[in-house]
Parts: sequence; C-alpha cells; structure tokens
Amino acid sequence: MNFLILHAPILIIAIPLLAAFATLLISKISPKLRNIFVITVLSFVLFLVLLLAHQVYTSGMQVYVLGSNQTTVATPSGYSIPVRIMLTVDGASIFMAIITAIVSLVGAIYSLSFMKKYSGLDKYYTLLLLMSVGMFGMEFTGDMFNLFVFLEILSISSCALVAFWTHKGEPSEAAFKYMVLSCIGALFVLFATALFYGQYNALNIAMIASRMKYSLLDKIALGLLVAVFAMKCGAVPMHMWTPDAYSKAPAPITAMLVVASQASLYALFRGVFTLYNVTLNCLTVGWIIIILGVLSMFIGVTMALPQHDVKRLMAYHAISQTGYMLLGIGVGLAVLGDTNALNSYGLMAMKGGLFHIINHAMYKGLLFLTAGAIFYVTGTRDLNKMGGLAHKMPLTAIFFMIGALSIAGMPPFNGFASKIMIYESVYKFNPVLSILAMVVSILTLASFVKVFHSAFMGPQLPEYKNVKEVPKSMLIGMGILSFMIILFGVFPDIVVNTIVAPAANALVNQGSYITKILGGA
Amino acid sequence: MRGMSKIVRTITNILYSFIIIFGFYIIMHGHLTPGGGFQGGAVVASAFALLVVSYGALKIKDMLKAKNFSVSECSGLLAFIGLGFLGIGTVFFYNFLAGKGGLFGNVIYGINPGDLNTAGVLPLMNIAVGIEVLSGLTLIILYMFNANNPKEEK
Amino acid sequence: MIYNFPFIAAVILIGLGVYACMFKRNLIKIVIGISLIESGVNLFLITLGYRKGVAPIYTNAPSGASMVLPTPQALTLTSIVIGVATTALMLSFVMTIYKHYKTLDARKARRLKG
Repeated sequence: MNFLILHAPILIIAIPLLAAFATLLISKISPKLRNIFVITVLSFVLFLVLLLAHQVYTSGMQVYVLGSNQTTVATPSGYSIPVRIMLTVDGASIFMAIITAIVSLVGAIYSLSFMKKYSGLDKYYTLLLLMSVGMFGMEFTGDMFNLFVFLEILSISSCALVAFWTHKGEPSEAAFKYMVLSCIGALFVLFATALFYGQYNALNIAMIASRMKYSLLDKIALGLLVAVFAMKCGAVPMHMWTPDAYSKAPAPITAMLVVASQASLYALFRGVFTLYNVTLNCLTVGWIIIILGVLSMFIGVTMALPQHDVKRLMAYHAISQTGYMLLGIGVGLAVLGDTNALNSYGLMAMKGGLFHIINHAMYKGLLFLTAGAIFYVTGTRDLNKMGGLAHKMPLTAIFFMIGALSIAGMPPFNGFASKIMIYESVYKFNPVLSILAMVVSILTLASFVKVFHSAFMGPQLPEYKNVKEVPKSMLIGMGILSFMIILFGVFPDIVVNTIVAPAANALVNQGSYITKILGGA
Repeated sequence: MRGMSKIVRTITNILYSFIIIFGFYIIMHGHLTPGGGFQGGAVVASAFALLVVSYGALKIKDMLKAKNFSVSECSGLLAFIGLGFLGIGTVFFYNFLAGKGGLFGNVIYGINPGDLNTAGVLPLMNIAVGIEVLSGLTLIILYMFNANNPKEEK
Repeated sequence: MIYNFPFIAAVILIGLGVYACMFKRNLIKIVIGISLIESGVNLFLITLGYRKGVAPIYTNAPSGASMVLPTPQALTLTSIVIGVATTALMLSFVMTIYKHYKTLDARKARRLKG
C-alpha cells in the first residue's frame, strides 16, 4: 500500500498509457476481454486517485521526481535548481484528477453499449484512455514543457475521437476546426514556455514562480497563456469550436470533452495563481477573467435558446456554465492582493467557482449522456422530431430531469449549492455581476424546460412506438453521475470542506507550493 | 496510385535496403551520436515510403501489411513504457541497468571508443521508440495512400 | 547583431503561419500555416539555447567554456515529434472532409452553423 501511495502520481498517468496500447493488442484476442480490461484499468486508476487524494489531504502536497534514485528529492545533489521531470500533486491537482477519473470511468462504462454497433472500437478505447492520460498529465505536471506535451496529447486524442464517425463529413469538419485552434494554441503555450526559459533558465513552475519579475516578456507570456487556455475551455470570444465539437462527438466523448476543457481551465488557474500570483496586476487580470466569464455566461445562454439540435443546445449551455467558474475564480483573483477582502469573500468566490467545476462535470456529463441516450433510441438530435419519450424511457427522463434541475440551480441538487456560493460572494464584490448570474440561471431553466417538454412530454409519437429503455451499461453510467449530483446537492458542506477548500487554498497559497519544491530557498 | 517508371523502381530496389540499414544504425547508436529512436525510425519509414511511392499501394500491399505494422507499433510503445515500469523499484524511468556490467556494460566517462553497451537502459528505449516510429509513420503513409483511392481499398 | 537574426526569422515565420491560417481558404494551406508556426517556435527555442562556444554534453570541454544549452534542443525534438503527429492527423481530417464534401475550400466546406 505504501508502495502504491509513493508511486501513485506516476502510476495514475502511466497505467492508462500502458493500457491504451495494450488495448490494441488485447482487442485482437477478444473484444469482450478488451471491454473488461478497459473498465478494470479505469476503476483501478480511480482507486489510485482516491488513495492519493487521501494522502494529499492528510499530509500535504506530494512531489514525484522521475528518473532520479529517490522519488521526492526535487533538487538532486550538486544542483540548486530542479532539473528533472517532476510531478506535483497538490489540492487543486487532485481535485481535478478526481473529476477526471470519475468521468472517464463513467464514459467508458457508457460506451460499452453506446458504441457497440460501430467498428474500430479498439482504437476508440485506446484514444479514450489516452485522453484521460492527457488530462491527468496536465493536472499533475510540475513544469511548463510537460504541460505543453500533455496538452498536445489531450488535443490529438480528443480531436481524433470527435472525428470518430467518419462515415459523415461533419464530425471531421468539427474536428479539423478544433484541431487547428488547439494546435495553434499549444504552439503558443510552447512559445510562452520559451519566453520563460529565456528569462529564468528554468522550466519548473515553482522555479519560474520564485524568480518571477513580471517584465514585459512575462506580460506577453501571460497574455498568450490566458488567451490559449480561455480558448481551450470555451470562453466566449473564442468559443466557436465548442458547439461543433461537442455536438458531433459521440456522447460519452462529449462528457469527457467537458472535463478536458476544465483541465484547460485548471491550467489557466495554475498559470495565473501559481506562476504569477501577486506579482501581476491582480485587479486588471481579475477583471479580464471576470469579463470573459460574464460574456461567456450571457452569450452562451442566449445562443442556446434558439437551438433545436439537443447536443448543440447543451454545448452552448456548457459555455455559459464555464462563465460561472471564470466569474468565481476571477473575483478571487481580483482581490488576491487584499487579504481582508480575500478572506471575507474572495476565497468563498473561488470555492464557489471550483465547486462549480466538479458540479458542472457531473451534471453536464449526465445531460450529454442523456442526449446520447435519446440519440441512441431515436437516431436524431433534432428537438422538433422528438416527443413523448417519457412513456417509453422513464429512467432516462428522470436522469434528464435531475441534470436539468441541477444546471438551472434548483435547491436539492448540486448546481444550487455552488451557484449560491458564487451569488453571495460575488454580490459583495459587485452586485451587478451577481444579478447577471441569476438572470442567466433563469434563462437556463427556461431553455431546459423547453427541451424536456419537446423531448419527453406530450403524446407518444407513432415513429417511436417500438423504442425501448436504453441498455443497462448506459443506465449505470448515467446512474453514477445522478447519484453524485444528489450526494453533492444534499451534503454540499462536507464536499466543500473536504475537497474544494484544499483546492482553493492550494491555488491562493503560492508560497507553500514553492517552498515544498525548492526546499525553503 | 499506380507505380512509377522502371528507372525509379530499379533505383528503389538498390537503395531501400541501404536506407533501412542506415536507419537502424541511427537507432542503435542513438546514445552515442546525434540521432536516436525517432530519427532512425523516420529514416526507415522513408525507405518504406519510397517503396510505396515507386511501386504503388496496390502492389506493395502484400509486402507491407498494415496489420503487422499496427502490432509492431503497439509492441514498441509497450516496450518503452514497460521499461519505464521496470525501474519502478526505485523510481519510474530509473536507469536500472546502468553500471551493471555484462551485456549492458558500464557507464564510461571521458574519451572512449564508443561501445554500444554503455548506457544501460537507454539503447533499449531507443530501439523501442525506433520500432514504434517506423511502424507508426509507415502506417500513416499506407493509410493515406489507400484513402486516396477508394477503389483499391479492399 | 548577427545573433538577433534568428529571432527575427522566427517572428517572420510565425507571422507568415498565422497569416496563412487566417486568410488562406484552402484547408491544406491552413495545415501548412500551422507547420510554419511550429517551425518558427522551434527556431525560437533553438536560438534561445545558442551560445558561442562548444557543443553540449562534452566531457572533455575546457573548464569555463560556454556551451550550447542542451535543454532547448531536447524540447525542440519533442515538439517536432508532436508536430509530425498533429500534421498527420490534420491532413487525414482534410482527406475525410474532401471525401464527403468534394471541396477543399474552407468557405464551402461548412455545414455546421448556428
């Protein structure tokens, strides 16, 4: 057990990586064995993540250094700076890793029946595992260059999965759009890394942070990083890829794409909070992120209202919900230099934003999975052609209702818990922003009432007379997420105190991050 | 795509084996000279690309089978990550063979004749990467050639 | 002064690549644009590591000799490897798009709207 805990950071990345390529060989033997193998691997990874999470919450940040003869010594003998590849797992990283592990497992379980009738599944599962590798890597990495590498792994695998259905042209078009954007974005991340390397002779995040001078070049790098990661998480001026990619990908992949965009969100926070922290002009950068958030919130929801493709509609809602996270974190960043304000409402806003990340992954994942279930039985995503599905698919209807009420912020569900935290704290910062957020929430509810009405209510349509409830594995996948939503909604305080608060503290507290790696230097 | 003229095919016949050998030379000497697994793999794949271009995808189909390359690609990757896992007694990617003597030799500092058996686990990793890259790139070339001609695809 | 030329070249390459991505309508030219950006960034990285001196990782180097930094070269190599993968993937998307849409024009190959 100690061995597992000690090596957990690398095992979480390396086991899915090994399994990804083993999957190709195993599926030559038997597809059934492959399915069992994939599920086993992802369950084991989830177990490792929980084990590591327990370790992080009890004994603080974990550091893992590759290739040396001890795992935890960041600076090898004779060197004063960390030169090796390093994985750092603090509260924020493990928080994102929990989300990633849960959603990957759910996605894989759901895929078992959803993708059954398609060919090329060996590659599908390989890419799915690679996608989780990319996300874990982005969350655990301790240096800028590996952030770029894992960002590219993530974008290559997710683009290939978006274009998985090649018998039509549209998925390839969406994937090409996404690929071009994320490729250019990743190259600019590399450019920013080069700027850091040129100035500070270091790639390690802690090392750069401790030497940060906030010169002109750093400002350029900050602009590049914020623009790229805001693009990758789908904030509004750069959101055009989101509806295309989300609506054309297979449903379980869409649920994972949501988490992938949140991994970019995490990278944005890591960059702003850990790399720069108080050296930057917090108020200005905070307001930039707040404005990005408000724009995403508002434009996302207004674009969602007229849609009649169910997944496209949900994709616009995903943009709108990303706005809430940016708003919460942006408020936290804007008051970062001001200890009083930070303690009275800034930290609360950040907790709200981070809590919204995990909630969003759960309910938006659930909604995309139910949209996939509707597509599975009806073969269409057009809301005008659906109707009366609740007669035949009661469980899917219930799951959809849970997700819809949660995204709209209705009390017993988790969306309410995080939204109320954001409303309260943002109100103290600037009342107008809080009111805007509430208006967006009401619009979201209106939009989902429309979807529920046109898809599930009404008389039974003759063409869907023979539809049945979706297969068991899809129900299990949706059930896990619904269970999490209700659990988080009923006990929000426990969740906030155990996993969200350490994440917020880890982001704000840059000093302890640097001290842990550089050893008090 | 149909094959090219007889001149090109003859030159290919002469050259491609040498290109492959040169590629493997680069892979094997990755830890001593510039180059390594990726570069050598790319050179070997360029030999296969030459074959595909000069003979056409249809004729070469029996010689270069996509299925075999897919298997060898996976095994290369598995070998690479597996070597990383073997070092996990101390740390992932630990060079557990360095300085063990015998087949893997000792790590030599200073001027040396450039023996192959000097870097522990590194040559093995280079070979794994080389196998992966040569089969990966060849696979890309083969798939792209077939996709251009839906009629030849069978 | 002469050591600044590579930086200028890198900026020109990146600028050309961005121009190609933004204003060219042929999908393959967009992919070429991305390759140009990639070369520019790689050149920038390599140039950052250049020092007038001896080759890196050289055991018998005279003490105090300035060496070319090996780290940016390793970074560049990794980025080239990734670049191969992304270019191949993007070209295969272009091929699929061409197969279904019968065009490579970015203005005509768009069915996703709204």
